[in-house]
Amino acid sequence: MGFYFAQLLTGLANASSLFLIASGLSIIFGVTRIVNFAHGSFYMVGAYLAYTIVTALNGGIFGFWFSIIAAAAIVGVIGLLIEMTILRRIYRAPELFQLVATFGVVLIFQDATLAIWGAEDLLGPRAPGLDRAVRIMGEPIPEYDLALIAIGPAVLAGIWLLFHKTRWGVLVRAATEDREMVGALGVNQAWLFSAAFVLGAFLAGLGGALQIPREAVSLQMDLSIIGEAFVVVVIGGMGSVSGAFVAAVLISVLNAFAILIFPQISIVLPFIVMAVVLILRPYGLFGKPGSEHVGTEEPEQPLKLMSQKSTMVLLAAVMVLAFSPAVTADFTSILLVDVMVATLFAVSLHFMMGIGGMVSFGHAAYFGVGAYAAAMMVKFLGFGMLPAMLLAPFFAAAAALFFGWFCVRLSGVYLAMLTMAAAQILWGVTFQWQAFTGGDDGILGVWPAEWASSDKVYFYIAFVLCLGGIWFLRRVAHSPFGYTLRGIRDSQTRAEAIGVDTKFHQWMGFVVAGSLAGLAGVVFAFSKGSVFPDTLGIAQSIDGLIMVLLGGIHALAGPIFGAVAFVMIEDWVTRLDYWRFIFGGIILVVVLLAPDGIAGGVNRLIRAILPNQKGGAA
Amino acid sequence: MLEVANLNARYGRAQILNGVSLSLGQNEVVAVLGRNGAGKSTTMKSIMGMVRQKTGQITYEGQSILGKPSHAICRAGVGYVPEERRIFGELTVEENLEVGRRDKRDDAPEWTLEHLFELFPNLSERRKNLGKQLSGGEQQMLTIARTLMGNPKMVLLDEPSEGIAPVIVEQMANVIAELKREGLSVLISEQNLHFARLVSDRAYIIEKGSVCYDGTFGHLDQNPEISNKYLAV
Repeated sequence: MGFYFAQLLTGLANASSLFLIASGLSIIFGVTRIVNFAHGSFYMVGAYLAYTIVTALNGGIFGFWFSIIAAAAIVGVIGLLIEMTILRRIYRAPELFQLVATFGVVLIFQDATLAIWGAEDLLGPRAPGLDRAVRIMGEPIPEYDLALIAIGPAVLAGIWLLFHKTRWGVLVRAATEDREMVGALGVNQAWLFSAAFVLGAFLAGLGGALQIPREAVSLQMDLSIIGEAFVVVVIGGMGSVSGAFVAAVLISVLNAFAILIFPQISIVLPFIVMAVVLILRPYGLFGKPGSEHVGTEEPEQPLKLMSQKSTMVLLAAVMVLAFSPAVTADFTSILLVDVMVATLFAVSLHFMMGIGGMVSFGHAAYFGVGAYAAAMMVKFLGFGMLPAMLLAPFFAAAAALFFGWFCVRLSGVYLAMLTMAAAQILWGVTFQWQAFTGGDDGILGVWPAEWASSDKVYFYIAFVLCLGGIWFLRRVAHSPFGYTLRGIRDSQTRAEAIGVDTKFHQWMGFVVAGSLAGLAGVVFAFSKGSVFPDTLGIAQSIDGLIMVLLGGIHALAGPIFGAVAFVMIEDWVTRLDYWRFIFGGIILVVVLLAPDGIAGGVNRLIRAILPNQKGGAA
Repeated sequence: MLEVANLNARYGRAQILNGVSLSLGQNEVVAVLGRNGAGKSTTMKSIMGMVRQKTGQITYEGQSILGKPSHAICRAGVGYVPEERRIFGELTVEENLEVGRRDKRDDAPEWTLEHLFELFPNLSERRKNLGKQLSGGEQQMLTIARTLMGNPKMVLLDEPSEGIAPVIVEQMANVIAELKREGLSVLISEQNLHFARLVSDRAYIIEKGSVCYDGTFGHLDQNPEISNKYLAV
């Protein structure tokens, strides 16, 4: 009995720090509608700063708590700077574009932290005055855990008072519902957004700072927490602070007991809980359907068929690509295969997001299933390359058929989160199920057939499959099915009113996008000769997202620009020291220069140079 | 007070307003009539700075407000009551009013909570209720009261009589008369000619994004073909 009670207390202590970071994320999303990937970085920097200040001050109980607060306050100021210098300039950009900027911030923070604090994990001191354990029902419980259990509800109460007893809090809650209306009532949204961002960053910094007596401070803290924090926010309902608290407790306590029964589950448990909650309550436990009035967004332009001139340019580019192996070195052909794989992946994601209006944070799931299906057919069933290539995309389609059925029941960020949950569950299973998938060691020796083993020949296989896939998706986008999908994207209710089965069309759109992502995964698997769980991971999903958003979601050419630029730049900068810093900086520059993505920026450039012509890169 | 000249507005490629011109004098109540989709709400939103793509002139008290953000326009003394009410459903009545509260201005009447609760007795009873718990008519009252908390000099009322019970429409007419008594200028958009005639001094009719009538209600009554052409459903 005592053991289970101790386990419960551990769960509650974990819940406190999870709640702190999630509540900040929820507040930022509620007011600004920004999905802040940099929130994990705030958490990590809070921990590093606290470590530095605590060890420098070394000032007993008072010094310890002062350091924690000071670290959180500094993170708040960093949040303010980011909001004012970057995010404030791009609030008008298409929804979710700000996410790209926050991802650039993540990269910059990773290398900045590495440069300042080094790669070694840092072990913080114990909290003075709370450094022992007390016995409760015979089990030793760290005093610091008890303090954390108290801090969570205390912060919740503080936020509640702030939100209900101050004018600022009332304005924040009003803005969470309808920020345009709050502006029309005379409130300067810019300051409201800044303040919400500062508060959110402060809470994340506090969550990180409070961790230093419990765990080593490391460079992996940012990405290890962000997924779980998103899950908590979504389960609670985005924008709901009390929801975040309930969800943090739910996840942490469930986890504390689940690992007793089935230790492997802890990696996927939060995502399973999220999936179940979202299927039962599409807006989370305490969430509400978002306001219709998030802003007067302009309707999307219809897609145009390409003008003759741009068709010529495109054909010329394809021809150059086709003949490139004749004149370039092998490693260029290999790089170009990477580019084509990334492009097909990005185009398939764009089909889902730009054409289908369904944002995915977990598109890697289908890429990875395609790659693993091909690898396993070759390794375990002795298939040849071609049959494996042909069959594997159907497995991706099957996975998309299964997960898509759940996902299309939701919309917006909730849909995106459920796609992420699907991908994380698949990733977790692949990672843990050593006997079947090889686990962390992956599957090796997935090489192309003898006749296709030269880099040049494989280039042409990839060329045919990837360009064929891209061509197919373009055709579908311009087919009646594509029109229907775009109609649903622009107005679900109107599409329903004219008799379209919107869910079914979205579901099929999901499957088409998933299958083609699977095809990209297959080409990828044979080009690398191996597959690892990374192919299903969050990083792979985010890469695709960045390609699509950076390229420009409103243009069919967007993902092509985005993927080519992304792979080329990545290939170049990863050879440099502190490449994440440089890469993040480049992303921020592109974001600020072209808030409509690269395709939009190119279009504007063409119009500026040739004022009489319409930009053709649609 | 307010001078709109040759206003064009668009959402993306859809042109909504084609050169709207109208004016509103000190302490005047003017109705903008027109069918659904004629451009009444877009005119209101453009004045309030809530439509980005627009050209032309919008002058308020001799100053151009075209291109100003809506919070600045509000602070200059323009109150906006949106068509869809847009009250904050998760906030109490009092909190809704708090969001609209702004400091007293020297050149406009001051509206206190007490005064507003006198004007809207229903709201007083329900001050601790959440916005989403109110009836449609109460929500309409709340959205007007919320705007008055900003102590405006001029109010844009977008379709105040839409979707509320006849008895509340009557109450609404009294409220508008009270606004005029207090010295405010009011621009109302309406589809209901009878309600508009009851509360306003003169009228514009908008059709397909342009003003096609500018005059008195008397002239409209003498020439029924005008209202038949532009207002009849």
